[in-house]
Amino acid sequence: MAIGETIRNSQIWKSIFRHPMPLDRRNRIVVMLTNFFLHLHPVSIKKQGIALSFTWCMGGVTFFLFLVETVTGVLLMFYYRPTLEWAYNDILALRDVTSLGILRELHRWGAHAMVITTWLHMYRVFLTGSYKPPREFNWVIGVILLLLTLLLSFTGYLLPWDQLAIWAITVGSNMARATPILGYEGPGQQLLTIGGIDMITDASDARFGLLGARFVGEETLNRFYVLHCIAIPLAVALLLAIHFWRVRKDGGISGPL
Amino acid sequence: MEHLGTSLGPALGLFLSSSGTFLKDVAGFLGSYYTGIAIMNAVFALILWQKKKQTGWAIFWAVFASVMMILASLALSGSSTLVPGLPLASRHLVNRLSGPVLYTLGTTALFTILFVFRKFFVQPMVAWSVLNIALVLMGLSMADENFASIVMKPDNVPIVGLVFLLAFFTWVATKQAVVNDERIRQGLPPMEKLADEKVLVWPDLVYTELICMVGVSAFLLLWAICLPAPLEEPASSVKTPNPSKAPWYFLGLQEMLVYFDPWYAGVVLPSLVVFGLMAMPYLDFNKKGNGYYSIEERKFSYLVYQFGFFELWITLIILGTFLRGPNWNFFGPFEYWTPYKVEVLNNVDLPQMFWVNLLDQPLPRAPQGAGTLSQIGYILLREAPGLLLLGAYLVLLPPLLAVTVFRGFFAKMGFIRYMIMANLMLLMLTLPLKMILRWTLNLKYLVSIPEFSLNF
Repeated sequence: MAIGETIRNSQIWKSIFRHPMPLDRRNRIVVMLTNFFLHLHPVSIKKQGIALSFTWCMGGVTFFLFLVETVTGVLLMFYYRPTLEWAYNDILALRDVTSLGILRELHRWGAHAMVITTWLHMYRVFLTGSYKPPREFNWVIGVILLLLTLLLSFTGYLLPWDQLAIWAITVGSNMARATPILGYEGPGQQLLTIGGIDMITDASDARFGLLGARFVGEETLNRFYVLHCIAIPLAVALLLAIHFWRVRKDGGISGPL
Repeated sequence: MEHLGTSLGPALGLFLSSSGTFLKDVAGFLGSYYTGIAIMNAVFALILWQKKKQTGWAIFWAVFASVMMILASLALSGSSTLVPGLPLASRHLVNRLSGPVLYTLGTTALFTILFVFRKFFVQPMVAWSVLNIALVLMGLSMADENFASIVMKPDNVPIVGLVFLLAFFTWVATKQAVVNDERIRQGLPPMEKLADEKVLVWPDLVYTELICMVGVSAFLLLWAICLPAPLEEPASSVKTPNPSKAPWYFLGLQEMLVYFDPWYAGVVLPSLVVFGLMAMPYLDFNKKGNGYYSIEERKFSYLVYQFGFFELWITLIILGTFLRGPNWNFFGPFEYWTPYKVEVLNNVDLPQMFWVNLLDQPLPRAPQGAGTLSQIGYILLREAPGLLLLGAYLVLLPPLLAVTVFRGFFAKMGFIRYMIMANLMLLMLTLPLKMILRWTLNLKYLVSIPEFSLNF
């Protein structure tokens, strides 16, 4: 006990934690106000609002899974090269050679779980009517986050570069080919014809923009890799920040008025 | 089968083969599965026993747990005469009866029954019985090689989890909504209002979060250790697998392709789903039911959401994942996915039905060398029946509804909000309506203008 005491009274400890141990009521309040990670939360909260039967904890679990995906994703990036030559072999090596051989499993199942928990979180928010004023806009941000979660999962699906990956992405991205006006098999693409020259071809339509090529190939792998590892996570991080901030600003966890 | 063996096999100690050793291979899994159900029920019985209220039920579930242990030992034998499973005749019957029509009507009927009799189904003992029945049926089905090979595909396992999670959370929510609705009827505030004293976030919430994180981590680690991630052969752009499927969460959309062209099922409808979800808080003018579980106070929005979520999203994902095999043909749950299954497609377009079958005339066609305008005129004439129907549906129906069924909505929402809501609803209903038209009239397209790649 004495060692603990000495550590907690040391200059180093005190310089890191700006508050004493949260053992009494006063310090339990102080800790929430002075800790960077905790200040996301209010100091006190309605008891009903944190009942598991009410919130299901699914928003929190989704965020935690996002963190898991970030950490395991960074570790995976150490081993994985997004090129036709290496992508599949690196995944094989991850399974057979690398220590901690369940890294890809954690990442993949975490991603599936994140899709499911996002749906469940949304379901709970709907069922408790928590999208109603003043939380309308936060619901809208939530819908965008849902879309980005699906896109994160979708772009990640391609990276192992096996049969499962490229054909799932082929089937999915074939839809873009049929985009009205902007897809070369879509209705109305004939309208974008100037002087007899089609503006929308299989090398200039929406699908080409998504894949970076006419077919799912090396350009697609690179494009999806960058989207998966950088672009979408950054967008998600920004929107998450706003999402959490709005939860606080709109009155915290919802409850009967 | 080989794929399943390499991925699930090492984890569960089973090595599946396509020969007669299937039951031996899944014996370990099924044995632990039934043991799991037994433990679950034994604990439940113990809790009931300790509460000393429902001793009758406690004894019942204890007996049930012992039966599960017997099933577990039978399953562990791995012998074809002992492993509990559904009789072959009943499996064949299910395969024969099942099809997209029965599946859709059946799930609709199921949801309707659950909703109408929700007061009955939310009772803990009823819900617990339903759960156990579902688990046992699942276990019995797993003894079927064809069923197991689809359900145990590593990427399909999350969907099985999703189904049970959705059922559980719907029960949790409905149970509270039923109580709240009854209280509100009596003029009392909802349950959530009763516990509105405040507690400190440290420790009450922070510790809950910590426990949650530990729990989720443990669960994820266990999942990752038990179930290796799938890895198939290296990508090859010339070897198209049959069936080729999108990731599981998009399979509802892929299923819609049976009824609509990609421009609508794959682009317009998904965009409308996203737009509709975003618009929802601005369309739902009902101020009640904010911050607590309730159904009666917001029945309309509740039913619309549940219809969209369960009927048009979840059940279609399950259909697309578990019941659509090679060539996107429908396969019963216990049917072998043969690529040689042939389904007769004799779907007809509406212009064909109208001009040829009904009026006994050829389809209107522009004469040779006609100008662009006259060609468009002929296309419009040819497609007139479909265009008129669609026009009536999307243009006439909203105002018609505004002065009849939705009179109250229209008055409260104002013109623009009402029109957006009515159109979103009607567009959402295009999917079930098209399904019904396909099943009853073999209708392929209402409007078919291949000249502009515009089929609907």
